[in-house]
Formats: sequence, C-alpha cells, structure tokens
Amino acid sequence: MYTQMVDVEAAGAASDEQRRFDEKLDRGVTIEPKDWMPEAYRKTLVRQISQHAHSEIVGMLPEGNWITRAPSLERKLILLAKVQDEAGHGLYLYSAAETLGVARDELTEALLSGRAKYSSIFNYPTLTWADVGAIGWLVDGAAIINQIPLTRCSYGPYARAMTRICKEESFHQRQGFDVMVKLCAGTAPQKAMAQDALDRWWWPAVMMFGPPDSASPNSEQSMHWKIKLFSNDELRQRFIDQTAPQADALGLVIPDCELRWNEARGHYDFGAVDWDEFYRVVRGDGPCNRDRLRARVDAWEEGAWVREAALAHAEKRTRRA
Amino acid sequence: MPKNARAVRDWPLWEIFIRSDHGLAHKHVGSLHAADATMALQNARDVYTRRNEGTSIWVVRAADITASVPAERGAFFDPAEDKVYRHPTFFTVPEGVKHL
Amino acid sequence: MTSTTRLDPLIEYLLRFGDTALVLGQQLGAWTGHAPILEEDLALTNVALDLVGEARAWLSHAGEREGLERDEDALAFSRGDREFHNVLLVERPNGNFADTLGRQFLFDAWHVLALEQLSASSDGRIAALARKVRKEAAYHARRSADWVVRLGDGTETSKARMQAALAALWPYVGELFEGDDVDAEMVARGIGFDPAALREPWSRGVGAVLAEATLVQPSEGWMQRGGKRGLHSEHLGYLLAEMQSVRRSVPGDLW
Ligand SMILES: [Fe+2]
Ligand SMILES: [Fe+2]
Repeated sequence: MYTQMVDVEAAGAASDEQRRFDEKLDRGVTIEPKDWMPEAYRKTLVRQISQHAHSEIVGMLPEGNWITRAPSLERKLILLAKVQDEAGHGLYLYSAAETLGVARDELTEALLSGRAKYSSIFNYPTLTWADVGAIGWLVDGAAIINQIPLTRCSYGPYARAMTRICKEESFHQRQGFDVMVKLCAGTAPQKAMAQDALDRWWWPAVMMFGPPDSASPNSEQSMHWKIKLFSNDELRQRFIDQTAPQADALGLVIPDCELRWNEARGHYDFGAVDWDEFYRVVRGDGPCNRDRLRARVDAWEEGAWVREAALAHAEKRTRRA
Repeated sequence: MPKNARAVRDWPLWEIFIRSDHGLAHKHVGSLHAADATMALQNARDVYTRRNEGTSIWVVRAADITASVPAERGAFFDPAEDKVYRHPTFFTVPEGVKHL
Repeated sequence: MTSTTRLDPLIEYLLRFGDTALVLGQQLGAWTGHAPILEEDLALTNVALDLVGEARAWLSHAGEREGLERDEDALAFSRGDREFHNVLLVERPNGNFADTLGRQFLFDAWHVLALEQLSASSDGRIAALARKVRKEAAYHARRSADWVVRLGDGTETSKARMQAALAALWPYVGELFEGDDVDAEMVARGIGFDPAALREPWSRGVGAVLAEATLVQPSEGWMQRGGKRGLHSEHLGYLLAEMQSVRRSVPGDLW
C-alpha cells in the first residue's frame, strides 16, 4: 500500500526537498514512507533493516535446535515463545523494509542466495542446553543494547518496529539469565555446562557490535542520518560494563584475563578481540554458516508448493465469487 | 522437492489494524503476508496478539477492509491471558543484579 | 521399559489426554524455524504452545490426583514409551506440510468434541480444565480445516499430497472412537464420555470439510490401536528419547 516516492530523475529540484529532509532530521521529526528521502538513505535503510530481519530469522535456528529437548515443560513453552518472538521480529522488520518499496520475496532471495548478510553470531553451534541460557542472556542482552537507541531512529516504520521488538527482547534476556541462574545454583555438571556456554559465547557476543570504530567507514553518514545513534565501540563498552557484574552474580568467569574494572575510566577494561575470527565468520567460514543457510533454503523450497497452493485456492475462490 | 516455477509469486501484503482492550480506535500495528483474507486474520491473530494485545482486528488489502467477527472473540483472544511467562516480570532476578 | 501394573483408571484417563497433547505439541515444535512461510512459523508455534500448555495442565492434575509426588515434569521426562497413553494418531511423523496439517485436522476435530464432553464432567476440576482449553482447540480446528481446504482445492500437487496424507493417517483415527474398560469406568462415574458417541459428529464435520476440499474420504479399513494402553508405534521411542535426553543425561532437580 506504500509507494516509493523517491524520484532520482528529479535531482535538480531536490535541493528544496533535501533541505526539508535535513530540517526534519535536525528537529527529530521522523521520516515516513511517503516523504521524500535521498536515494542513498533509502538504500542504506533497506540494507540495514533487511540485515536485521535476516538475523532474526536465522537466529531462530540455533535456539530452535533445543525446543524438542528443553528439560522441563515450562522451559519448552518459554523457548517456543521466545523463538516464535524472533519470527515475529523478522516479520515486523521485513514489513518496515517493505515500506521502502522492496518486496519481502526480494529480500528473502538475497538471503537465500548468500548475497545478504546476517549477524554472524548465529553461525556458532548450540551444543548444550546451557547455550539457550547463554544466548538469551548475552546475545539478546547485546541485541537490546544495540536496539534501544534505534527506537529513536529517523525512519518512522523502523523506529516503531524497534519499539515493539525491544519490549519483547527484555523477556528474552530475562529467560536466558534465569536458565543460567538455575544451572549455576544446580549440580556440578549443570554449573560446568553454564561456564562452558559462557566460554564459547562470550567473544562472539562482544563481536556482535561490529568492527571497531576505526574500521567502520559507514558509521559517520549513518549517524548523520540518525539510523545509527552510538558507535560500535560505545555500545560494546556498555555491554561489557553491564554484563561483567551479572557474570559475577552467577559465579561464572568471563573468559578474558584482561577484564578488570578501571576506576579512572569508570569502565571495564577488556582484552583484544580476535577480529580475524570475526571477518572469517562474516565471510562464510564460521562453524555453521552453510548449515544455517541450508536450513533456510530447505524451508523455503520445501514450502514452495504450499505457498503456491494457497494462492491457487484464493484465486479459485475469487473466480467463483 | 521440485521447485515450482510460479512459486516466486509472493503472497499479497495486508495491513493490520488492531483495537486493544482500552483502545478507542483500531491502530495500525504492521503488516504481513497472506493468501486470502481469512488467513490474513488468522495470521494477524498469531503474529500481532501474542501478548494479549487485541480484541478486534481489521485486515486491509488494497481497497478492501475485512474485520474480525466479534462473536469469535473468545477463541481468538482469551488464550494469551495465561501465558505469563511471556512477560519479563515472570522471572525473578537475584538481588543485586542490574540491567535485565 | 515395561509397565505391567495398571494405573488407577482415573490417572490413566488423565494421562491419555495429557500425553496426547504433549506428543502432538512436541512434534509441532520441530516446525518452528522451518515452516513454508514466516507467518506459518508463528501460527504453528502458537498451536504447539497451546498443546504443551494443555499437556502441563492434564499431567500436573494427574500427578496431584495420583499423590505419588510425580509432577508434570516427572511424568513427561521420566516415563518410558510403554507408560505413555497418547493415541497413535499424534505420534505419526511430521512428514511434509500436508502430513502435519492433515494430522492436525483429524485430531482437532476430535479434540474439540472430546473437550466439549469433558466440559460437562461431574468432576468439577476436569470440567474447568476442559473448558479452559476448549476455545484454543476451536481455533486450531478452524485453522487446520482451512488449510485442508486450501491444499485439497489448491494445485494438483497439493491435492495429491493432502490425499496421500489422509490415506496414511486414516488407519489411526479408529482409536479415537474406541472405548475400553477405562473409558467405561469413567462413564460410569460420570467423569468421562463414551468415545463411540463422538464418531458420528466427527464424521459429519470431517466429511463436510473434505467435501469442500474436493478430497475423497479414505475407505474404512483395518484400524490400528494400542496407544491408549501403552502399546505404541516405533516413532514414539525416538520422540521420547529426544525429548527426555537432557533430563536423563545431566543430574539436576532444577532447570
Ligand atoms: Fe529478536
Ligand atoms: Fe530476542
């Protein structure tokens, strides 16, 4: 129902519109689907929102892996609800992207062909039940830090989707932390499982905020457009500052021997991130990249006849009516 | 699984409007894809009222408006009420732990 | 894993409903993240949530009435397949989308009728429990019937798959309407219902949907039975092995 109003041909007349667009950004007025917007702004938004949507969708897989094995019926319900929420998040975000004049099918196609990126943390395997706890606590925890600022971003549909998503993410983080609390208060094997999960998920979670500011070339433009409100390093520091005491409370050790409170800075200092690993996983050589994509391709291709049948039936109905 | 040549056709997009318990009017909550109006309503129920957010749904495709049937309210909306675990306050956080 | 000692009929009766909901909920949970379209991921998961929720209610009630300190999780995670009392229909594998929705449709149509009967139980708590989940079941039934119609009256491919699914599932519907001594005692005590009485309304409802879907109702042949009494197909053992694996391999009381 939205039409894309960006007219690149009319670039000559754009100065007026550009001025009005910039004014809106300055005054903190949201940009809405039918408003004029620079083509680069639209393209960047489509890329950012769809990458985010893909991350929610691929993100269903590692945790979905444990739905059938959740160790209590209540945990099974919580995990079903959590993974279902992630499907919802993907859906809200694809909807937001669709207001910019791209169809969800095009975005799906980009994901399935391997052209589009998604958060590389989901290319790590979930090996034990404790990984469900670690993901909720760390990965959803990091996602919240990333996403709360975006509820104030300049593009209206994106901001509104983020508001809805953030409300649900807080349940995700808490249920994950609660899994960790129970494991840490449990038997020795349960606690060992929790520590092992933290050992494996800590650094990938720290990497979730993206490359260091010094190596993040697009940030400045995005910050001007208000579709990025804090730098990668700022958000990363915030995550570490709030998570370190939580690990202490659990009685778990974060796998970073350089992690310590710096009174002078008022922040935690932490060790060097292995950015080689980060880029390797982004490029496709993480432990699960191929499996994750395969699972999405299979679901899409094996569902093709179902989607087609529903359309065919709807058309028959319309013809008969 | 043979890939159907016509399967590239996406299901149409529907805009979803929901009136909440205390809401005065239907409010646009987002969109979704569905093959027909019935499916759009059911999907809207499953996508947008998972936390008991609505009492009435409208789905709109192009110029058409289809509203949910008030008589079906019970089956549509009551189930979510007892899903307390969906709300973050369901989990007690150990004393002293912040930022959750 | 054997269980030769018969349970109290009331407990077995409650376990039949609890186990049936649990096994079907468990199967649907495997679809989350793998459905034909995103909206269907959410919808199928909602049904799974409702069924696992229902299972918790029946199982914890069974545990309470039994008085042997078996809570819902003890019952779900510590019994072997011979101690499960679900009907065979729900342990049929997920297969493709037509297999899953066909199974759901045949089950939902029975589920709604069964819950209606239980809502009138002389046992107030059972009646209350049934009334609580009846609305969810009614929604499931409408949704799965809609899908059967879409697939049946969709494309050639979808029609063939839905028809094949029905043929494969049909031998397992008979058990839904077969009463035994447990059912008889529950009827005598005013707690339960006679399963045979559901056959006629079920056939009418299912028949109408199949007709609308331009599908042919499979002919009545030999009907498999045994699930209610703890005699299952080969599928259930694997399903339970997966479901119970964490609880059985890692010591711990709290999860
Ligand atoms: Fe999410
Ligand atoms: Fe999340």
